[in-house]
Amino acid sequence: MTDTPLIQTRGLTRAYPGVIALDHVDFDLKAGEVHVLFGENGAGKSTLISLLAGANTPSEGEILVEGAPVRFASVADAQAAGIYTVFQEFSLIPTMTVAQNMFLGREPGFGPFTDHRAMRRGAQALLDELGFDVPVGETVSHLSRAQQQMVEIAKAFHGDPKVLILDEPTASLTDREVDHLFKTILKLRTQGVAIIYISHRIHEFERIADRVTVLRDGSYIGTTAMADTDEATLVEMMAGRAIRDIYPDIPHQPAEVLLEVDALRAWGVRAASLTARRGEVLGMAGLVGSGKSRLFRSIMGIQSVRGGTVRWKGADITGMATRHVIGAGIYYLSSDRKSEGLDLAKSAWQNLSIDLMMGREARGAMIRPRALRSAAAEIFETVELRDSYRSKAVAQLSGGNQQKVLFAKSFGHDADLFIFDEPTVGVDMGTRAALYRLIGDIAASGKAVIVISSDLPEVLNLAHRVLVMAEGRITAELTGEQRTEDNVLRHFFDETGETA
Amino acid sequence: MTTSAREEAPKEHLLRRIFIRVGVLPFFLGIALIVFTIMSDKFLTVQNLVNVGRQSVYLILVSLGQMLVLISGGFDLSVGTVIALSSVVSATVMVAMVPIFPDAVWLAIAIGALAGFGAAIVVGGINGIGVAVFEVSPFIMTLGVSSVGAGLALFLTGGIPVSGLPYEFGNMFGFGRLWGIPVPVIVAAVCIAAMWLFMSRTRLGAQVYAVGGNIKAAHLSAINTKRTLMMAYILCSLIAALTGLLLTARVESGEANLGGTIALESIAACVIAGVSLRGGLGRVENVVLGGFFIILVQNGMNLAQVSSYMQMVLLGALLILAVIFDQLRFRMIMSGR
Repeated sequence: MTDTPLIQTRGLTRAYPGVIALDHVDFDLKAGEVHVLFGENGAGKSTLISLLAGANTPSEGEILVEGAPVRFASVADAQAAGIYTVFQEFSLIPTMTVAQNMFLGREPGFGPFTDHRAMRRGAQALLDELGFDVPVGETVSHLSRAQQQMVEIAKAFHGDPKVLILDEPTASLTDREVDHLFKTILKLRTQGVAIIYISHRIHEFERIADRVTVLRDGSYIGTTAMADTDEATLVEMMAGRAIRDIYPDIPHQPAEVLLEVDALRAWGVRAASLTARRGEVLGMAGLVGSGKSRLFRSIMGIQSVRGGTVRWKGADITGMATRHVIGAGIYYLSSDRKSEGLDLAKSAWQNLSIDLMMGREARGAMIRPRALRSAAAEIFETVELRDSYRSKAVAQLSGGNQQKVLFAKSFGHDADLFIFDEPTVGVDMGTRAALYRLIGDIAASGKAVIVISSDLPEVLNLAHRVLVMAEGRITAELTGEQRTEDNVLRHFFDETGETA
Repeated sequence: MTTSAREEAPKEHLLRRIFIRVGVLPFFLGIALIVFTIMSDKFLTVQNLVNVGRQSVYLILVSLGQMLVLISGGFDLSVGTVIALSSVVSATVMVAMVPIFPDAVWLAIAIGALAGFGAAIVVGGINGIGVAVFEVSPFIMTLGVSSVGAGLALFLTGGIPVSGLPYEFGNMFGFGRLWGIPVPVIVAAVCIAAMWLFMSRTRLGAQVYAVGGNIKAAHLSAINTKRTLMMAYILCSLIAALTGLLLTARVESGEANLGGTIALESIAACVIAGVSLRGGLGRVENVVLGGFFIILVQNGMNLAQVSSYMQMVLLGALLILAVIFDQLRFRMIMSGR
């Protein structure tokens, strides 16, 4: 092995007006290593790989490939240098088949004619090698998100890469599929391929990582060998503070039961029962598609209920329209702030004022601007949204500030139960701590809180009681000392094996 | 890229801010005023501009309704049909009522007008149900309804104008003046004021903006989104019917061919005035100016002796141009640059 790194960056910087997304980062990648990029959302991981992948150009600094400086004007340039990237946003054409997508732009055949059979065979061989179970002849739009992810990964492997960049590739894969992916990664490593792997799931990447580079707020924090570090150190490097400073101590004062769900059935939910009480944070854990979100979306009237009952303060509210459920005192904070949480073209103030009008300040037909303004100012203080962010279009705010606006909206209604669906998705660590404090304050004030999250530490550290969901039913209820990561993971797959 | 943009920034700043706030209208208006003043010396006179103001009343009214639907996130291609249908229905009923109430001609007029509004509620309600409940695309829904309504209007009259309207109707609403101001102008002024109040001062108005901005978010904010959409389409139809009545009074007969091009014109007026085709954005006062602008351009083209065929070409081009600028503006709002 030579000393020259395969890829090296010197003072790599990417600035946007008002933001420095990446600030003079020196990073190096050796042949035959799995190098994890670790950091919060917004830490600069995505910016760094977009520069390496040729999707973006640096404002300052340089990239060296095998010691020679390069300038990538496009993704094709980077691919010509052997750098292939699997982005989180898929680049598949939904109306084409799996095989067609995998051979896009390099279809086998003679002149203008495509050899479809060779294409299918080639695609099948590669998918088999990767251990991915995806039908090659299927149209991509008919595949699950996990399967689409596999096609995307296979597409990159197809290019015979020197450097393979994987941006959170396991986000929607099952354990078995993750195992296959890891085996493939390790096989490539022995062939001398360098892999940049972006993830914030330490438990996952510790199995394959050689080295870890931590980024925070666009800056390089450090690089360590995986063997020389542990979870606590990495999290502290990432967050810039200790875990106990992130999660607040939420007093557990369980009082009257507010919500009783009995054998609720809906699309993706099979006979789920639970209760939520005042003064308690209830956590909902489960894989994507386990039904943990759909359960509450059916309670909220966003999707229809097929059976069972939902009681709120003793009254039957099963299948009630969303606005009546909210009116009764349950607020649901959506996991998808862009598509169903916020009106992105409007300001934080405009987004909040509509909730105030429908909720706390709903009196008469006319708008009372002064009452609205003072109520909004108070709520913005509570969620710590800075003055200068309140009148800008929400689209211009960072993920963390957008989430603060979403939290602000939830305070626009007089709710007794707050359901937070993935409350910190795409939020930086500083803002997370602030949002966790808010959740703690809500519970401490004697209201009921439900936190639905795919982020296990979040559920375990916030909730007094954790319910695990798998395949549409609740598979475990964990309290006190039982609330451990291992216990939750054990119930992620429904072992009863029954079908509804 | 960055250096040159930064150097020009202070100069661009004001124009850019105007563009983001109001849209393309101030620029178009300025250009139109200059071009037509050069092309015809009759254009920039008080008399001509007052005349344009009076003529633009009808388009402004329809544009107010169109704006409501656009802000809710849809659009209404059936406004022209509603004008025709309300004209024909109200005229027919009025003519039938006069012999029944020979001593109370105003009662006959009122019943006729109510019948016209009733027809509008039916049309708007059908549009609203299609869009809100069945989630049909507003384009197809209102296009289909527009054909149905136009066919009905022709069927009811056999294509022959309904004449014999009470003299008082045309005399009052077509040519009448109160305090020296033409009645249609007063009607429009009242509607503009009411619409401004509705959109910027009532909770229902705010809900229309919210639904158009992000209907799912609006739903999760406890808004009755279906009702809001229904209301937008019905109100739009009602305002179109009011315009239909005013036009009927002006031509003194119920005609099935009224309002032929007004759907396109009203959408153009709104988009030029900064109402986003994506919904959620738009202001009443700008739309009033947008309606005025379209009539001003038509007037200027007439004075400059542009043929009516060429005018169609230019109107369509203007609409497309306005939509392109709407896209640019939306991108600027979203990126803050």
